[in-house]
Amino acid sequence: MVKQVRQISGVSCTVQLSKRILSDRIVAGTVRIHGPNFFWLKRRSQLDNARKMSRQTARIADPKKVNSELFTLTYGALVSQLVRDYESVDDVNKHLERIGYNIGIRLIEDFLARTNFPRCHDMRDAADKIQQAFKLYLGLSPGISNWSNGNEEFSLTFESTPFAEFVELPDSCSNLKYGNILPGVVRGACEMVQMEVQSWIIQDTLKGDNITELRIRFIKKLEDAIPAGED
Amino acid sequence: SYELQYFSNRTFQSFYPYGNSNHIEVETERTFTYPMDIKLTFKNHRTSVAFGQRDGIFVGQTLLSVNGIPVEENRIRNEKLDDVFEFLSKPENYPVTCRFGRARLESNENLAVGSVFYSVFALASQLSPELHSSGIQYLETETFKLHCLQTLTGVKFFLISDPKLQGMDVVVRKIYELYSDYVLKNPFYSLDQPIRLQPDL
Repeated sequence: MVKQVRQISGVSCTVQLSKRILSDRIVAGTVRIHGPNFFWLKRRSQLDNARKMSRQTARIADPKKVNSELFTLTYGALVSQLVRDYESVDDVNKHLERIGYNIGIRLIEDFLARTNFPRCHDMRDAADKIQQAFKLYLGLSPGISNWSNGNEEFSLTFESTPFAEFVELPDSCSNLKYGNILPGVVRGACEMVQMEVQSWIIQDTLKGDNITELRIRFIKKLEDAIPAGED
Repeated sequence: SYELQYFSNRTFQSFYPYGNSNHIEVETERTFTYPMDIKLTFKNHRTSVAFGQRDGIFVGQTLLSVNGIPVEENRIRNEKLDDVFEFLSKPENYPVTCRFGRARLESNENLAVGSVFYSVFALASQLSPELHSSGIQYLETETFKLHCLQTLTGVKFFLISDPKLQGMDVVVRKIYELYSDYVLKNPFYSLDQPIRLQPDL
C-alpha cells in the first residue's frame, strides 16, 4: 500500500508500507526519497506494550490521533530534503527553526481552544503548560528540571523524541540539530501569548547523550501586544 | 437564528454562515397607487423608509426593488438607470410594486462596525471600576444578544444570536476550535487575512 504524505513546506514523500497489522503499526517500511539517503530506517518488530496500550485507549478519545511513525517518517523526509537543498548544515538548522516557528504561531490557537487554559503569569506556570502541550501533541511527558536561580530558565528532558526514532546521523551531518523544529515551535507559540522566549537544544540522544534536553529561557513580556482587557 | 462575526487583532472582518441559512430575512412586497403614502429618504448609500409604517413595512427598511428590478443606492438598475425618487414622483408609472427589507451590511460597513467594536471593547475594560476586567463578554439588546470571545492571542469572535438562546458561549468556544482546526491548519492561509470559507455541503 502506498500513501502520499504532504507537509506544510510542500515536501512530499512516498511511504511504502509492506505489511500492516490490526493495531495500525508498521511492521516494516521503507521511505523512498529520491537522491542520497541520509537517514536509515531500522526495522522495528516490537513496540513496548505500554505505548501500544496508551495509543489504543487514546485513539477512542480522539479520532484525530494518527500513528506517530507516519509523523516520524514524514519529518525524516522533510529533514533529508532540507539537507539536500541547503549547502550547509547550519542553514538547515536555521530553516528547521523557522518552519517550527511558523507551526508554533498557529498551533498555539489549537492548544488554547482545546485546553481552555488561562494566561500564565510566571515561568513555572508556563513550563507546566508547555509540558502539557507535549503530552497533547507528541504523547510525551518531558521532565522539567534545571531551573535557573531567577526562575526564568528551565530544561525539558525527553527520554526519546518521536522524531528521532529510526534515525542515525551520518558523519557528514554531525552538527545537524535534527529536532530543531521543537525550539521553533516553542518560540512561536509563546510569542503569540505575548511571551518572548529563547529556546535551544543542548543535549541530543542522536549525538550520543543519554537524554534529549530542550532549554527554554524567558526574555521579556511583549507588553504592546497584550490584548485589551488583559493589562 | 444567529450570525457569526470574526475579528482578528489587526484586521476587522467578518464571515457569515454559508448561504446565511440561519439569518431570517424579512422582506415585504407591496403595490402602491399614486401618490405613494410612504416617505423615502436617501442616506448612507441606501434608499430607505423615513416615515410611514403599514402592512409590514417599517421605518428604516431599505427599498430593495421596484417592479421586480433591483435598486442600487438611489438608482433602479434598468437600462436608463432611473432615479428612484424621480420614477416614483411620476403618476404615469403607477401602480408600482416595491419590495422593502433590511439591507445587509456591505463589507466596508462591516469593517467599520468591527473597528468601532474593537475600540468599545478596549474602552469597556478601561472604564471598569475593578482591576483586571475583561472587555465586553456579551451585550444584550431587545432583539439580539452578542457574545464575544477574546482569545489569549487577541483574536475576537462575535456571535450574534437570539436573546432567548442559551449556551451560546459554548458555541463560540466550539467555533474557536473549528477556526484553529480548519483555518489555521490550512497551509495556504496566511495569518490575519480574510477567511474564505468553502464548506463542503
